[in-house]
Amino acid sequence: MEDVKVIDARGSFCPGPLMELIKGIRQEPVGTTFEVWSSDAGSAKDIPEWVARAGHELVKNSEDDGIFKVQVKKLR
Amino acid sequence: MMKKIVILGGGVGGTIVANQVARQMGQELRNHELEITVISETSNHVYQPMFLYVAFDQVVPAEAQKPEREILDRHVKFQVGSADRVDRDAKAVIMQDGTKIPYDYLVIATGSRPAPEKIAGLEQGGYIFYTEEGALKLREALHNFQGGRIVVTVGVPHKCPVAPLEFTFMVQEWAKARGLGDKTEVVYTYPIGRLHSLEPVANWAAPVFEERGIESHIFFNPENVDAEKKTITSLEGETLNYDLLVAIPPHTGQEVIGRSGLGDAGNWIATDRHSLRMEGADDIFVLGDATNLPISKAGSTAHFEADVVASNLVNLLRGGLGSVRYDGKVFCFIETGLKNATYIQFDYTHPPKPQEPTEMIHMFKLAYNRMYWLTPAGVL
Repeated sequence: MEDVKVIDARGSFCPGPLMELIKGIRQEPVGTTFEVWSSDAGSAKDIPEWVARAGHELVKNSEDDGIFKVQVKKLR
Repeated sequence: MMKKIVILGGGVGGTIVANQVARQMGQELRNHELEITVISETSNHVYQPMFLYVAFDQVVPAEAQKPEREILDRHVKFQVGSADRVDRDAKAVIMQDGTKIPYDYLVIATGSRPAPEKIAGLEQGGYIFYTEEGALKLREALHNFQGGRIVVTVGVPHKCPVAPLEFTFMVQEWAKARGLGDKTEVVYTYPIGRLHSLEPVANWAAPVFEERGIESHIFFNPENVDAEKKTITSLEGETLNYDLLVAIPPHTGQEVIGRSGLGDAGNWIATDRHSLRMEGADDIFVLGDATNLPISKAGSTAHFEADVVASNLVNLLRGGLGSVRYDGKVFCFIETGLKNATYIQFDYTHPPKPQEPTEMIHMFKLAYNRMYWLTPAGVL
């Protein structure tokens, strides 16, 4: 499996998991895969919504013991 | 043998650590068993939240700064200069003039830097209020403003996460007060799917935007600015026209972090969220904006983290394990216009609860702007 950059955004109310993902996507190269960890159920919905708008790829969206894990690949 | 603490950065976080350790270990400092050195690029300590008020000509830059030497405990050494890098093997900070400043414990409190150059065309076509120079240019632009479309846009990541909303509310009231309300449109953009990352703040702001006629565009991450056509385009593909563009630019960590090989691609340092030690290092603490932690880049964050770092340093120097933990606490005032304000507080496990804005909180915020100097002094 290729390298995945984990963004541990558990307990992040501000800036929050999605903003942490955007930060990662802005600074890492095209092709990087991120896995955002969030304790907020909203992340399972709002991260995919932004990923679709921004033209990246949603790789995985799962829940693991109350932690929402969303994998995203930077495409452009 | 003398122990040495070196603090890289003379902002709020670094200064609090220096003063709190100095206060608790005055005897060791006087006996030359301990030395504390603060390294800063500038001799002045700047209270950056005042730049918001500078833009509206309510405060001048001189009111936002004091000599760092006057704030630091007199037993703390103060070195003005630029650090070239941290040499972990030599346990020393290497200055650009070649001077080596050795440490037993290093505290990295270098903050972050607004990076408007990351958005093509922004430096030519927009204004920022996150630096003194930027706030003064915006003050001039607002002074000459005769009406039009003001677009406030927000890059990621950024410090002081409530400032974009505060500026938006303030500029709208300011335009009204100048008799330009009918000729002015205020437009706000935000990177995610609501008006603010804090859900209660977003929920509170939405009806206020409606009531005040502020136009908003969510999922808008600024990508480039065309200064000639006066347009801004997001990476999501939306383009907006503006007459006056005010940007909260994306930020990066400091270049000294990159030169030292301590950070990621954005020069943010991987930091343990509770111990505030750099990942994989026992002798380096990191606080404030310099960390990669998923919490607000704000003075209050640096303040609460500095309390933890200072406690752990004192404990370690006295033979303890340095196990005080940071709980993720953040506190922010939020100006909701020119006359009212509210505040918000949260940590890793307690979500924020909104408070009704009042004039009293606004007055307290203005008072705190003057009392701020007690914070780096380690008093408030």
